[in-house]
Amino acid sequence: MKLMDIVVPGAVVAKLGSSERDEVVAELVDALVASGAADAALRDTLIEQVLEREKKGSTGFGRGVAVPHVKHKAVTRMTVAIGLSQHGVDFNALDKQPVYSVFLLLSPEGQPEQHLEAMEVIFSNLSKDTFRRFLRQSETAQDVVTLLEEADAQRLGG
Amino acid sequence: MVTAKVGNRLGLHARPAMALVDLAGAYTAAVTIRKGTHEVDGKSIMQVMMLAATQGTELEIICEGVDAEAAAKAIKQLVDSGFDED
Repeated sequence: MKLMDIVVPGAVVAKLGSSERDEVVAELVDALVASGAADAALRDTLIEQVLEREKKGSTGFGRGVAVPHVKHKAVTRMTVAIGLSQHGVDFNALDKQPVYSVFLLLSPEGQPEQHLEAMEVIFSNLSKDTFRRFLRQSETAQDVVTLLEEADAQRLGG
Repeated sequence: MVTAKVGNRLGLHARPAMALVDLAGAYTAAVTIRKGTHEVDGKSIMQVMMLAATQGTELEIICEGVDAEAAAKAIKQLVDSGFDED
């Protein structure tokens, strides 16, 4: 599984308008709906469930990244939106630091292997200093997509 | 070195990974979790998430330090029991 298999290029938000966690989640779900990758009828439910999961345990795992996610039976394939914040968002992260890169993940129900594979590819990239740095330096959605393609082709160092 | 089998249906996703890291962090021993040839620091959530261990996966738990035995035993219990999920 590669990043470009699951990231929706039309739902890459290079400059998030929101600076609060809950609004950021809504902004990314809206981006997925607008790009046709998520059903508009599910919009409110998806946001609610992502936040419910988030409140149980922050997905702000440190180093300025967060991976809010939800499994839903109406989701047919792994779907990822990316949002970058210039100023940082409080995600109640483990290291108490602001979050600058958010990967929002929608998973189908009943596909645990797929979900784990998606987590693996996301985390193996987010754990790299260079990847996180280039992500933060991205100015446009195209910059981000190019970075993801480079990462998938393993042209980035650690 | 101790082995454990991932017991729960959803495998080592975010919540169990966090539980493992929290538990490992409670011990002073160094904790290494190995899946095949892939070795990670059991106290790092980013690294443990990269294991992506599905149900039934065998993990090796290697601990080093004063409370290594207790740490390995506790982590094995957590993994074998399926993280109290199912």
